[in-house]
Amino acid sequence: MTDHKSAPVVTLLDAAKHFGPVRALDGVSLAVKPGDCIGLVGHNGAGKSTLVNLINGGLSPSSGEIRFSDGTAALEAGVRSVFQELSLCPNLTVAENLRISHKALKGPGWRRPARVEILQSLDRIFPAHGIDPNAEVDTLSIAERQMVEIAIGFAPRGTAARLVILDEPTSSLDAGIADQLLAHIKRFCADGGAVVFISHMMGEVFEVANRIIVLKDGRIVAERATADFTRQGLVDAMGHVTAETADAEGIRQDLGPEIVRTDQGLSARKGEIVGLSGLAGHGQAAALARLYLSRSSSWRYGRTPDVAFVAGDRPRDGVLPLWSILRNISISALRQGARRGLVDRHAEADVAAQWKDRIGIRTDDVRNQILSLSGGNQQKVLFARALASPASVVIMDDPMRGVDVGTKQDVYAMIRAEAARGRTFLWYSTETEEVCQCDRVFVFRNHEISAELTGADITEENILAASFELQEAS
Amino acid sequence: MTVLTKPWIWSCVAAAVAYALILGLTSGRGAGELAYAALSFGAFAAIVGLGQMLVITLGPGNVDLSVPATMTLAATLALKAMGTDPGTAMLGLVIALFVGFGVGIANYALIYFLRLPPIIATLAASLVYQSLAIWSNRGLRIKPPSGLADFATGRFLGLPNVAWVGLFLAIVVWVVLERSVWGRWLLATGQNMRAARLAGVPVELVRALTYISVAVFSALTGYLLASFSGGAALNMGAEYLLMSIAVVVVGGSSIAGGNSNVPGVWGAALFMFLVVSMLNSYGAGAGVRNVLTGTIIIGIVIAASTRRVRA
Amino acid sequence: MSFLARHRIILPVVSLAVLLAATFYMQPRAMSYFGLNLLFNLAVPIALATIAQMMIIMVNDIDLSLGAFVSLVACVTATFLHDTPMLGLLILMALILAYAALGALIHTLDLPAIVVTLGMSFVWGGLALFILPSPGGASPDWLRSLMTVKPPFAPMAVVASIIIAVVTHLLIMRSGIGTVLRGVGGNARSVERAGWSVIRLKALAYGLAGLFGVLAGMALVGLTTAADANIALRYTLLSIAGVILGGGEFIGGKVSPTGAVIGALTLTLAASFLSFMRLSPDWQIGAQGAILILVLTARLIFRQKGAEA
Repeated sequence: MTDHKSAPVVTLLDAAKHFGPVRALDGVSLAVKPGDCIGLVGHNGAGKSTLVNLINGGLSPSSGEIRFSDGTAALEAGVRSVFQELSLCPNLTVAENLRISHKALKGPGWRRPARVEILQSLDRIFPAHGIDPNAEVDTLSIAERQMVEIAIGFAPRGTAARLVILDEPTSSLDAGIADQLLAHIKRFCADGGAVVFISHMMGEVFEVANRIIVLKDGRIVAERATADFTRQGLVDAMGHVTAETADAEGIRQDLGPEIVRTDQGLSARKGEIVGLSGLAGHGQAAALARLYLSRSSSWRYGRTPDVAFVAGDRPRDGVLPLWSILRNISISALRQGARRGLVDRHAEADVAAQWKDRIGIRTDDVRNQILSLSGGNQQKVLFARALASPASVVIMDDPMRGVDVGTKQDVYAMIRAEAARGRTFLWYSTETEEVCQCDRVFVFRNHEISAELTGADITEENILAASFELQEAS
Repeated sequence: MTVLTKPWIWSCVAAAVAYALILGLTSGRGAGELAYAALSFGAFAAIVGLGQMLVITLGPGNVDLSVPATMTLAATLALKAMGTDPGTAMLGLVIALFVGFGVGIANYALIYFLRLPPIIATLAASLVYQSLAIWSNRGLRIKPPSGLADFATGRFLGLPNVAWVGLFLAIVVWVVLERSVWGRWLLATGQNMRAARLAGVPVELVRALTYISVAVFSALTGYLLASFSGGAALNMGAEYLLMSIAVVVVGGSSIAGGNSNVPGVWGAALFMFLVVSMLNSYGAGAGVRNVLTGTIIIGIVIAASTRRVRA
Repeated sequence: MSFLARHRIILPVVSLAVLLAATFYMQPRAMSYFGLNLLFNLAVPIALATIAQMMIIMVNDIDLSLGAFVSLVACVTATFLHDTPMLGLLILMALILAYAALGALIHTLDLPAIVVTLGMSFVWGGLALFILPSPGGASPDWLRSLMTVKPPFAPMAVVASIIIAVVTHLLIMRSGIGTVLRGVGGNARSVERAGWSVIRLKALAYGLAGLFGVLAGMALVGLTTAADANIALRYTLLSIAGVILGGGEFIGGKVSPTGAVIGALTLTLAASFLSFMRLSPDWQIGAQGAILILVLTARLIFRQKGAEA
């Protein structure tokens, strides 16, 4: 019995996960014991969410082993996860949402125990929460939904939670409620539960975790007791050691007038390359999409568009999957050279051929299907689409995903050349070294601009510092 | 790319097989008459099918269920205005097209302003159009002007005039889709509306024009069909609801949008007519005919979906 | 969130009450046992068909074959169930299973429900013609007497509607499995993540739709005593309208069985009301369409108000 109590809830032995050639997680060994509260930190793409999905059974490892103490499945072993994205059914009530993940609630009169269980869980974590278990989820505020989701994660649900994974659980909670959650996590761990806690708020991680694991490039680069870390040391551990992007170009002075300014404070001048940085999902992509939509219309069209967009989420925002490379390139520039509404197909083919060579799309014929290209080459097509259009402002939403290093250098050079000719670029990237190429950088945190850096201040250190909340989570 | 990989080829092959099977039964008698009838009746299905194809190209959830009501309303109002008077054919045509234009704008207004799913918007609106048609018709059966009736039932160079109209429109639609900026925008919108919007396509304008186009095509079909069959009847459009969707699906256009197929619509329109003739000539009743038609439609949707999965 | 947005059932109840009051005002004699029976005579099959449609809309699909299906059931009821009850029962059960299989097929192959059900409407319609090429058949006696029974206090149509509303409310809104089914409409991914098989749930939802479709066809024959292959074609439209009038939404699993029954009653009453209004029959179909558009507009306004508040 004592043996069972101290045995790890989950053990990872050299677990790795590959998506094609991408090594999302590259051999991680880890044991989560009862009473552990592990703070998991790392920069974008470090492998945090892959690790979480391996532990909760959402993904199975490409190699290595994952062992659960009770049974073989994550759910049976009492592993629960609370995701950053909301995963409740908005049309059901709070108590009914508990029913979805609590199969043991059966028979007539299941509602009363469901209400009691969710209410107890809410009361325990968030005293004085004021949430009615009979309220439909979509009548609740975002913070209340997040609280419900956390409460369902900690609720017994027949088996008792043994390990709860919390991915940015406080992102939409105010400080007081977040404190209640942190206090509950401490109690939960003291009573023999285990928690994996992911947050960009350093103060929270330091307050609640007894051990901190730093992930970088799919590997654990540091794993120590919390007391052995300093905040600065933690940020340094996350950063790239080889972050020597001393771009000795200096500050360009020859910028034109300001041509972009949003309510949020985002601004850009003619010919400027403006970077957007910060942790993924903190509002950068949304800010860019809003900017694009506000500067273009779903009804009117002109011969020269004002803005062009390079999508990073290719399937959702960029690629027109049924078409050839040629048509994918030309779609934004069709109005140029069109006569009486008909496409000038010679001009179209010339433009496509020209961009195929300039940007190096690896295909023998631009009339091939776009889906015949690798991800990186598809991305080049999207670059070509935006650059082939005469738009004066180019908005890029993390456009380098899946692009190889050589191509990146080519594209950087092309962007600089286009900027020198007076085009403005707004460039969101999850990779700090890319952002360091920019003339000016806005760092986002919690959907707001937390820092504006220019010139020599654009360093990985400063960006990381602005991305994470270093202050005490009061 | 060989001709066999074109998705439209299958509906044309199927039409040819059905044609051959019927002739096999009649040992070759009436080959010309059958082809003529298929082209005449197929033309109506092809024209509404072309319109419906444009809407379905807009992507999942886009479909116009007001096609029959629009046909009836346009035909009724046009015939009423013409009142069998000779020389009014153009007036009738203009009225029919105008009705189609108005219906298209009304449908799209419901979709855009009330944010209704197109199915519901066009369904609810079609009830109103149907009532308008009933009210303006009042059970009268007005004959089309004789010149117009002669045109609709006549032939030119051995082919029915309505088939010429259908062919002409098919070519127009094909040119628009393949060669024009607007066609590119439509196809892009259907593949991924968000991506198209982010590539600078005025997607709402494209959708509005598409819903207007389908209504105009339906109105024109109603006008021609009423002239062909000697008057507008209240149920004249009924079978064209399913028919218009069926010819698009059978013709090899993707129900998921963004991929349309003009020749396939014609092939499918001929096929649908010939299947019915074939089953008739083999002595099958209306029941068997319907069951087979439905099975064919579902079979083709399933085949198309498995092809999509493999691709 | 406004009060109205929180309680979706209020708008349908108010619509029915207003319509009922207007009818009584126009025709005071309708305010009687006999009058109510006349007003709501055909409400039971429409209510059952609306519930069937609701099951499909609940899982974010739409069924355009329901009218043809109810017609087919009516034909089976008026022939096989009358002549050879065992065989008739078997056929009806096979039809329910066919519906469930359809649901599984649509989900597995990710087919567009509109096109599949449109195709199925040909199939059901063809089978109905096959069984009953010309109007005829007869209602089983027990069914006839069940549908024409005269309960005390309120007429059969009203009592049956209440029973349908209560039973389906318990099934869909109160029971555990009903909750999970609504969850499929709300967020299928999270239901799947909690360990449910969405294919089975979809098959169940379609199967339930088939069951209520069968009940609708039987009830219809019990009232009309005979059937024909086109008897219920307009039910496709009526059922969709009923679900929407009852406060249901096309996506997101937001449905209300009580509302759906009230929506069906409203539609039945609207037809009677329009004839009391001496509105020419020409306009009756159009008026139904207009009512549908009006209700949807009203709901949009309430929703926007709710979003602003």
